[in-house]
Amino acid sequence: MVYKLVYENLKHRPVRTLLSSLAIGLGVTMMLALVGVGEGMLEDQANRARGVGADLVVRAPGSSVVGMGSLSMNQKILDYVRARPHVTLATPIGIHSTGGVSSIMGINYDEFAAMSGGFRFREGGKFTAPDDVIIDDLYAREKKLKVGSVLHTMNRDWRVSGIFASGKLARVMIPLTVLQELASANGKITMIYVKLDNPANTQAVIDAMKQDLPEYPIYAMEELIKQFSVNNLPELKAFIGVVVSLAVLFGFLVVFLAMYTAVLERTREIGILKALGAGPGYVLGILLRETVLLAIIGSLCGIAMSYGTRWLIATFIPASMVQAIVYSWWPIASLITLAGAVLGVLYPALKAARQDALDSLSYD
Amino acid sequence: MAIIEIDNLRKTFRSGDVDVHALRGVNLVVQKGEFLAVVGRSGSGKSTLFHILGGLTPPTSGTIKIDGQSLTSLDEAGRTRLRRNSVGFVFQKYNLLPTLTVRDNIDIARDIAGRSEPWDATFLEVLELLGIAQKLDRKPRQLSGGEQQRVAIARAIVNQPAILLADEPTGNLDTENSNMVLDLLRHLNKKTGQTVLMITHDPEAAAFADRTVQMRDGELHGA
Ligand SMILES: Nc1ncnc2c1ncn2[C@@H]1O[C@H](COP(=O)(O)OP(=O)(O)O)[C@@H](O)[C@H]1O
Ligand SMILES: [Mg+2]
Repeated sequence: MVYKLVYENLKHRPVRTLLSSLAIGLGVTMMLALVGVGEGMLEDQANRARGVGADLVVRAPGSSVVGMGSLSMNQKILDYVRARPHVTLATPIGIHSTGGVSSIMGINYDEFAAMSGGFRFREGGKFTAPDDVIIDDLYAREKKLKVGSVLHTMNRDWRVSGIFASGKLARVMIPLTVLQELASANGKITMIYVKLDNPANTQAVIDAMKQDLPEYPIYAMEELIKQFSVNNLPELKAFIGVVVSLAVLFGFLVVFLAMYTAVLERTREIGILKALGAGPGYVLGILLRETVLLAIIGSLCGIAMSYGTRWLIATFIPASMVQAIVYSWWPIASLITLAGAVLGVLYPALKAARQDALDSLSYD
Repeated sequence: MAIIEIDNLRKTFRSGDVDVHALRGVNLVVQKGEFLAVVGRSGSGKSTLFHILGGLTPPTSGTIKIDGQSLTSLDEAGRTRLRRNSVGFVFQKYNLLPTLTVRDNIDIARDIAGRSEPWDATFLEVLELLGIAQKLDRKPRQLSGGEQQRVAIARAIVNQPAILLADEPTGNLDTENSNMVLDLLRHLNKKTGQTVLMITHDPEAAAFADRTVQMRDGELHGA
């Protein structure tokens, strides 16, 4: 019976209900989009790392696990690595940051292609001239580039010679030697990807290498990929915390305002209910249920809108960002929003519950 | 058997710096099954008496009993229980919930009283009598004033209250609709034995009751 009243109340003010739900939903979308981008980008990084086809990686001393790194490793290590038993292929790469989160990667094309199972070119092919660059399809789409287009980075113009299917670690690649030259880092590399005769030997090879290269972080690729997790990104975790707090505040404010006006508007009706013998609990229950319903509708709107943000990201900035749909966060984001909403209704509901029946009845 | 016993009931409102003595020692006994009219000028204290009887406000002093239960010592929760179980209110302004249908307006009174069983045959007859049995799915704004007041009467008696309090129930109605509502109140009173107290300042309306008492400056005459 109470639900009928709640439902009719929500229906009675459709615009208020719609706007409140959308506003509540915005908080849910904020959380889902952020968590989704975090997860999506990590997953994308992991997939691209997997796409290299290596069994293990040797990184420069002092480099972080998930960071991009720089040209700080002596290329001579390569000869040592290549001479290890079980190693069938070892290829160096160089990474040069071009500002922000974007970077350009230098490869030995033939080795890298062999290790990763070959590039699948959508258009064009490998570099033929020193100022050639190959890019992946997402980058091409985001930057609206075609084969033959000019790409300006590292203070010079490059010609796009090929566009390959994404999933090969980097989005923008040039020959390693060209990169070293430009960065004034001849003989320096960022890391070495290693392929073994049998992946089962990975741990044994790592253990042996660590004896000789105690300073060098050496990871099995599988282990490295496991590190691509939100838990290893304290900044992202903190940011999610901030957005969660904002969403709670948002839900609180929206519901506070919406329900406060609703209580004022319904002073007389609350008086009628009290004259019929409704106690404070009954009145409180009505407003609480209305709020829970608003929060549920809002959460559904928010979930729907998170597909909207995903579409926007995939359409306009596919190379810079990926948003995953993180189902496990649907209930979390909804409950967080609900908590804010319930906090928001407390004051209006208590005000309504305490209202004097006679005063309310004579209110016009 | 007396269903209402009021002895030396007083109610004083504090309005700014002055005390308004709305009730100055009211004495009244109402028998079960009686239909009583309370007449008197505006401001004489009639509504105040009903509000106390109906548990909407506490008395200042005196004793008051409904169906043997004393109201003098009731706290807010006790008055809420009284409104829920023992009293039915009919107001001049109908006071239906605008978003609910007739059926739901009646049912919410039952829900508040914690009852959920379907309407019994007697109540269905009452709905027929009130002429609203065919309009249960309408919203209040789709009904005439007379119809709305008849819905309010149905709602007021759905929980079989000990007393029905009607405060100028015909104040907003034309003669035809007034007579219909008054006729129905009398009919209900005779048919079901429902005790009815009605405020009016119309002598013709008072004539529908078994007995009339006069409120004058917070005192009841002819009781
Ligand atoms: N809540 C209140 N505060 C102050 N004075 C009130 C209040 N309610 C009623 N009164 C005063 O009490 C007196 C009786 O009012 P009321 O019972 O409404 O009279 P009636 O219903 O006979 O017209 C009036 O003088 C009125 O102004
Ligand atoms: Mg009055």
